[in-house]
Amino acid sequence: MSASAAPLTAPLSDDKVGLLTRLTDGLDSPALWWLSGYAAALATHPNASRVPLPGPAREASASQRLTIVYGSQTGNSKRLAEQLAGRAESAGLAVRLLRADAYPIRELAAERLLYVVISTQGDGDPPDDARAFVEYIAGKRAPQLSELKFAILGLGDSSYPQFSAIARNLDARLAALGASRLFERADADLDIDSVATPWLDQALQAARETIKSTVARSSVTALRPLPAAIAWSRARPYAAEVLANQRITARDSSRDVRHVEISLAGSALSYEPGDALGVWPHNPAPLVDAVLAQLGLDGNSHVQHATTSQPLRLWLSEQRELTRLSRPFIATHAALAGNAELNRLLSPDHSGHLAKLLADYQIIDLLRAYPAAWSAEELVAALRPLAPRLYSIASSQKLVGDEVHLTVAHVHYEAFGCAHWGTASDFLARQSESHRIPVYIERNERFHLPKDPSRDVIMIGPGTGVAPFRGFVQERTAVGGSGRNWLFFGNPHQRQDFLYQTEWQAALKSGALNRLDLAFSRDQLQKVYVQQRIAENGAAVYDWIEKGAQVYVCGDATRMAKDVHAALVDVAMNHGGKPRDDAEAWINALQQQGRYARDVY
Amino acid sequence: MSTTLSAVETVKQQSRFLRGSLVESLADPVTGALRDADTQLLKYHGSYQQDDRDLREERRQQKLEPDYQFLIRLRLPGGVVSAAQWLALDDVATRYANQSLRITTRQTFQFHGVIKRELKTTLAAINASLIDTIATCGDINRNVLVAANPQLSRFHAEVYEHANAFSQHFLPATRAYHEIWLDEELVAGAVEAEPIYGPTYLPRKFKTAFAVPPLNDVDVFANDLGFIAIIRSGALLGYNVTIGGGMGASHGDPTTYPRLADVIGFITPEQVIAIGTAVITTQRDWGNRSERKRARLKYTIDDRGLDAFKAEVERRAGFALGPAHSYAFEHSGDQFGWMEGNDGRWHLGLRIESGRIRDRNEKRHLSGLRAIAQIHSGDFRLTPNQNLLISNVDAADRADIDALVAEYGLDGHRHSSPLRRNAIACVALPTCGLAMAEAERYLPDLLARIEAQLAVHGIADAPILLRISGCPNGCSRPYLGEIALVGKAPGRYNLMLGADARGQRLNRLYRENIDESAILAELDPLFARYAAEREPGEGFGDFLLRSGIVATATMRVNIPVEMHT
Ligand code: SRM
Ligand SMILES: Cc1cc2nc3c(=O)[nH]c(=O)nc-3n(C[C@H](O)[C@H](O)[C@H](O)COP(=O)(O)OP(=O)(O)OC[C@H]3O[C@@H](n4cnc5c(N)ncnc54)[C@H](O)[C@@H]3O)c2cc1C
Ligand SMILES: Cc1cc2nc3c(=O)[nH]c(=O)nc-3n(C[C@H](O)[C@H](O)[C@H](O)COP(=O)(O)O)c2cc1C
Ligand code: SF4
Repeated sequence: MSASAAPLTAPLSDDKVGLLTRLTDGLDSPALWWLSGYAAALATHPNASRVPLPGPAREASASQRLTIVYGSQTGNSKRLAEQLAGRAESAGLAVRLLRADAYPIRELAAERLLYVVISTQGDGDPPDDARAFVEYIAGKRAPQLSELKFAILGLGDSSYPQFSAIARNLDARLAALGASRLFERADADLDIDSVATPWLDQALQAARETIKSTVARSSVTALRPLPAAIAWSRARPYAAEVLANQRITARDSSRDVRHVEISLAGSALSYEPGDALGVWPHNPAPLVDAVLAQLGLDGNSHVQHATTSQPLRLWLSEQRELTRLSRPFIATHAALAGNAELNRLLSPDHSGHLAKLLADYQIIDLLRAYPAAWSAEELVAALRPLAPRLYSIASSQKLVGDEVHLTVAHVHYEAFGCAHWGTASDFLARQSESHRIPVYIERNERFHLPKDPSRDVIMIGPGTGVAPFRGFVQERTAVGGSGRNWLFFGNPHQRQDFLYQTEWQAALKSGALNRLDLAFSRDQLQKVYVQQRIAENGAAVYDWIEKGAQVYVCGDATRMAKDVHAALVDVAMNHGGKPRDDAEAWINALQQQGRYARDVY
Repeated sequence: MSTTLSAVETVKQQSRFLRGSLVESLADPVTGALRDADTQLLKYHGSYQQDDRDLREERRQQKLEPDYQFLIRLRLPGGVVSAAQWLALDDVATRYANQSLRITTRQTFQFHGVIKRELKTTLAAINASLIDTIATCGDINRNVLVAANPQLSRFHAEVYEHANAFSQHFLPATRAYHEIWLDEELVAGAVEAEPIYGPTYLPRKFKTAFAVPPLNDVDVFANDLGFIAIIRSGALLGYNVTIGGGMGASHGDPTTYPRLADVIGFITPEQVIAIGTAVITTQRDWGNRSERKRARLKYTIDDRGLDAFKAEVERRAGFALGPAHSYAFEHSGDQFGWMEGNDGRWHLGLRIESGRIRDRNEKRHLSGLRAIAQIHSGDFRLTPNQNLLISNVDAADRADIDALVAEYGLDGHRHSSPLRRNAIACVALPTCGLAMAEAERYLPDLLARIEAQLAVHGIADAPILLRISGCPNGCSRPYLGEIALVGKAPGRYNLMLGADARGQRLNRLYRENIDESAILAELDPLFARYAAEREPGEGFGDFLLRSGIVATATMRVNIPVEMHT
């Protein structure tokens, strides 16, 4: 999607290329698609002096226009919002698609038709790109919206206690502000499309009815090129060959972290450091066996669900979540088990216990703890479709060409007296050379390096959070440029868990990395974490940021990201002499400007 | 001989009396290693940087640096340790090292596997037990050996005093050690000097030993400087002085070779320090500082001539050495079991295979010796053959100690063959950075196979002296073994034969670069002939020479005839 690709292919004079680059730079995908359509139109009417400038939003008044706003951390909401915009546009509707932090919030009052696609992150938090949007609407300054018609699609994961909380609250709040709900909100679980697709159809239908289409545009939209449709995607993953699967923690480490190298050769897939690789896993065979055994079901029995009929074992190993528990599943199981204790957990006043159950139990643990009689059909129906997992890309194509590297923490642990696995990380850990696995690229524009290579970057990535920064340093080295690179890394033990130690040592020697601050938590009596290192180097950190450094945080969302955030606020207080409110405003501003980006999980 | 100084000389020169940037190196969290120059300087503080070679390739693939760790070598003149000190060292071994105490062929302990982050704490803990590690490595006088000889306890005490004084006198003067490891205040503006050594110390390591005939357990002729106690009618007259011994050689480099020391004369006990100073300073000034391979005293002597060197030593000492007295060494091994000293106290000699004290299955040696140290009123004595003496035991306490010895499987000397009791292996893999083949870890299997052969020929009780080194540096003094294996490549060794068992005659290369099966195939017929043709009391090495199987030895020590009566 990057505009800088144009000069490579375009048969244009340098100055035209310059103009083109300036024109396309920073445009998001819908805009670029639209532009390609416009160019195509010009091409088909060479001697037409003026092709009517088509364009979403252009001169279309709010009443004739659909606005789609999305808030997305890992790209799912974005993808759906883009689908909707594309389809609405093809249908000839005037539509403008905006990422939440690009939405001119003052226009909300004048908005007539608004769709919001938004996920819930953290512990019921908005995605980073929608923080301001959500806060504004929730806040006192939000205007009355009696003129507004709206609809909301929420994305979430029902294994979190705050399932789709952001969409729910937004839905309620817009109604409270007097806006009228066009149709019911839907909350998509990890099996996103089963909920999202019907919602999109409905949304398109409703939009059509609310605003009549205008002919002028369709001629051009028809000319839209479709290359993107051919590309590999989440829905059509590419079967990529595994080139290497190397443990990178010492033999006596308590963790099993893998460096996985995968070939994209021939796929035409490309990525930028900061993007993630989506992986469609299979469940571990022993886990499938354990579930079958526990429920006394026959893996070979054919099970019909929706339009598909296939052996139960196949359903379980390739198409159903077998690890992550979800609230609806617990409910169904409780009903089947007729277990009082379990039912009690589900009642609102026990939400604490339920949260703990969701955190500690995998599906197999629930099945073992509260026996119940499941039929194969019931099981397949109740289990969520298997969802892909994302892994930060740990390489730069400028260095590794058409390879993509990952840093994967292999989740496998003993609990309740038996072995447990993480579906995707174990799937990856099981791969040996020349195996092929289904993957796709998940863009993450908000986590890309600054376009200007003279900008400094501060990278905070303990544990596997270091993955994207390996790609960052590779990229910055290949690009050259005067920007300095500062990495904060941490893990339990220096000797066992220093991920990519020899590469960082080489980078320090060569100057590719300017500073490396380490926090090995268990090498001394008092635990130390990266946030302590940030505090210790507070003056320098503040100075770098004030000089324009971009700050990136990647890794654990539950604790690390919060602690690091707090540490950065303290830095602004202690070294920027800011009172807390200003310090928080300062960091929020950085976040708005995309100078403080997080990729946490 | 080139005249450009070797790199190490420059490092010493710029080290500000052994400080270098050790403090910075220790503080660097990005690596478990030290800066290159500091790895050289650390030796003078008694430690070597190493890495676990078993893990090297694995960790390279894991994108992890080698598993850097440190060897720590104690300064224990004569290898004497009190019971209280034993307990302290045992604690260090279990807390910071690899749960083992390693008795070396120079009569001291080594700890292996200490990591950089804990190096300072470990050295502090050792010093807290009133033991230091200064100058146990590096180009300087090393740990001083003293015959462990238990029977002649009275002389042992006397000789030990001289050795201890010698060790003290030739310590470096710099306070670097105390500043870096023991947080001693830097004395502001105190200009330091090394009165004896000078700012670049010696060209190479320097080793000193005190022997008490009739035992040559210290292998005095393998040392740069040796003192052979001359005892006449119940009194210590003084010492024969030996210079120029050394084992180290390099494969395929004939300019390097093992060399036995020459006896250059006799001195009285009061003259020990003076002679030491003269020999050390002459080597300091004459030694080769451009080629480390040729920097040991033995080469200085061969390059300048023994007479010239001796003359210079006498000039510097300010007196001439007297003519050497006669002496006789019976063998260079240890004695085991209970022995009564001539002061009526008892000593128990224990066999420690390859000097490695640790708990392994039923042999719980580390725990056993801990238990003994807890009840023992006397002291311990390490031997240069990597064995151990529980020394100065009252007759009354013997039974208690015997009980513990049996309980913890420390009575190996009772059941093992003479071959096994005498064998020495150097450390080699996985810690030694220079090892080309296994030694310590391989010794038990090797011995079992040879024992089987000896049994077949009915000579299981032959006291054959076998030594194995993982490389030609010769840390197990292999060139003084009747049978020796010198590592050349993984699983391959040079087979050397024909030394005596008294440390007075070097062996010779018999077969080059062969593997175990070839080694056993070569030895078997020799054992057959030895069994059939040996004369009463004739050692295996002597037999190989007499029978012409091994040509006359490369080098033997000249034994002067008695001059005084
Ligand atoms: C521990 C010990 C062997 C043992 O199994 O006990 C030992 C171990 C090492 N010796 Fe040695 N030497 C040991 C006695 C000897 C002896 C025997 C003796 O001194 O009686 C010799 C032969 C005599 C001599 O010095 O010529 C000996 C000749 C060497 C040499 C060759 C010196 C030469 O002049 O060529 C080296 C390599 C070097 O110095 O460059 C060496 C180097 C080493 C090092 C430090 C390897 C290195 O430089 O990185 C070995 C450490 C291995 C480890 O992991 O522990 N070691 N080394 C002995 C410790 C003695 C002590 O407490 O100070
Ligand atoms: C944008 C993004 C980037 C990511 N980048 C990376 C990356 O670079 N490297 C990486 O390793 N992961 C990364 N992740 C996380 C990754 O996507 C998976 O969530 C992770 O690998 C676990 O998935 P799984 O299928 O192996 O385990 P799942 O099958 O999803 O989880 C199994 C269940 O086991 C339990 N569980 C999980 N982990 C543990 C644990 N450690 N201890 C105890 N119980 C546990 C939980 O109940 C969990 O529900 C990223 C996630 C996101 C969203
Ligand atoms: C770190 C993290 C925290 C999450 N927290 C929640 C949550 O609290 N509630 C929820 O419903 N979903 C939660 N999710 C699930 C996401 O909302 C879900 O993956 C969604 O598909 C992401 O959509 P997006 O890519 O548009 O951000 C979380 C996901 C991650 C990675
Ligand atoms: S002889 Fe060689 S292998 Fe053995 S310890 Fe000495 S240097 Fe290492």
